[in-house]
Amino acid sequence: MDIKTFIIAAVIKIALVVFIMLTGVAYTTWLERKLIGRIQNRWGPTRVGPFGLLQPLADGVKFILKEDLLPDYVHKGLFILAPMLALVMSLISIAVIPFGETITVAGHTTALQISGMIQAGGHISDINIGLLIILGVTSIGVYGVALAGWSSNSKYSLLGSLRASAQMISYELSLGLSLVGILLLSGSLSLREIVFSQSGHWFVAGHDTHVPHWFIFPQIVGFFIYLMAAYAETNRIPFDMPEAETELVAGYHTEYSSMKFAMFFMAEYVNMFTVACLASLLFFGGWHGPHLAFLPPIGQALLPVVYFAAKVFFFIFLYIWIRGTLPRFRYDQLMAFGWKFLLPLAIANIIVTSLIVAWGA
Amino acid sequence: MVHQVLFIVFALICVAGAVNLLVQRHPINSALSLVVVMASLSLIYLLLGAEFVAAIQVIVYAGAIMVLFVFVIMLLNAGAEERTRGSRVALFVGVPGMIVLAGTVGWLLVSGSGKLGGVEIGKLSFGETHQIARLLFRDFLLPFEITSVLILIAIMGAVVLGRRES
Repeated sequence: MDIKTFIIAAVIKIALVVFIMLTGVAYTTWLERKLIGRIQNRWGPTRVGPFGLLQPLADGVKFILKEDLLPDYVHKGLFILAPMLALVMSLISIAVIPFGETITVAGHTTALQISGMIQAGGHISDINIGLLIILGVTSIGVYGVALAGWSSNSKYSLLGSLRASAQMISYELSLGLSLVGILLLSGSLSLREIVFSQSGHWFVAGHDTHVPHWFIFPQIVGFFIYLMAAYAETNRIPFDMPEAETELVAGYHTEYSSMKFAMFFMAEYVNMFTVACLASLLFFGGWHGPHLAFLPPIGQALLPVVYFAAKVFFFIFLYIWIRGTLPRFRYDQLMAFGWKFLLPLAIANIIVTSLIVAWGA
Repeated sequence: MVHQVLFIVFALICVAGAVNLLVQRHPINSALSLVVVMASLSLIYLLLGAEFVAAIQVIVYAGAIMVLFVFVIMLLNAGAEERTRGSRVALFVGVPGMIVLAGTVGWLLVSGSGKLGGVEIGKLSFGETHQIARLLFRDFLLPFEITSVLILIAIMGAVVLGRRES
């Protein structure tokens, strides 16, 4: 592939993915308000458009038009940098996520992934440290939250960001360790390779079980560790100590208004999407699903993307469901849960998985 | 060609970050400059073809160690440092000493470049995860394990010192 088509394809893919992602984020807020409303036996947004469907647009307009306050005594440079850092770092992780295999548009075949490339022989090359890039970018994203609280020069913000950084550092360990089981089974750090290694069925003693070869089945412990650590990483209920409104007003973004607040909000939701995408890619076979032969060719081509989107939607739904169901942890419970329960469990999971892999080899 | 340009760009960012680290008066600005240095170093590793090291550089240094630095600075609420006039000893001994040291190291590197061997940008042959794993867990297993034990002892020492009640 020559450099010109590569750049054109990359720019189109980036624009498309960012557009879909941000629209998805906007409508996740709508879905969240609707579902939480139903869970709490009320309607949620109904006024703007049918079923309140234009509510996200109205919210967006409100965010842009509101006055952007810059309080006195803030550390100006970092105060402005922090929300940008949070949003940019959350968006970068989307670049390495594969949404499907390949798609052919007007004679050009391209990988359904921003960072994926088709090599000369039709072989798709992927960044072969994709998973590590997501972990690295997530760990840089902590700075957005930490600096926001510190630069605001307010006690609520500072306490919120101290809690957030402590929580993210603690749960990052369990998060990273919960993925080691997947790496042992797939033998690769490339997200595309990990998905490919989940095609087909599980065989037990040479017998086809017709159960899809997804890593959720051998790694169910790893999956639950991942889910809990990832929910803590995104600061969502029941781990939303950093913005516990009953004690900290709004935590690290107390002093932020208008678009700067919206950036933190968007970053949180994009991070939720990243977590949902990773969970589907690593544990639920990514874009794999039952083959539907009756569909027309265009439907066949888009089916993997639909499967992937459905799995991601399930995890987003789970986020909202949990938010509507569970109360908040106490801070010491949160730390004890991370260090005394999740971390030893993750290490035990690695030991058992590696013993089984070594025994099978 | 692109690689050379990128290398120069990131090398300049790296040096600028390092200089900024020394010039800034507020500890949090210095810590963030250090993050910039770490990140641009990782991009230079990536340009060399050592992708695993690049990712680990970001995760461990920029993502874990520097977050702890920033965390401690925030927790202690360290203010801007006071600027002194500078010591005479540093000026008359330190500056020539630094020039001599930099000159010696530079000269040794340039004169010994034949013996040390070089690597073309992007052509590093042992940068992939599999190859590093093979080196660490097969060829250099004993040194690797000894280093791990050493780090474990250091961690336990830190815990013991941190828990001591006065």
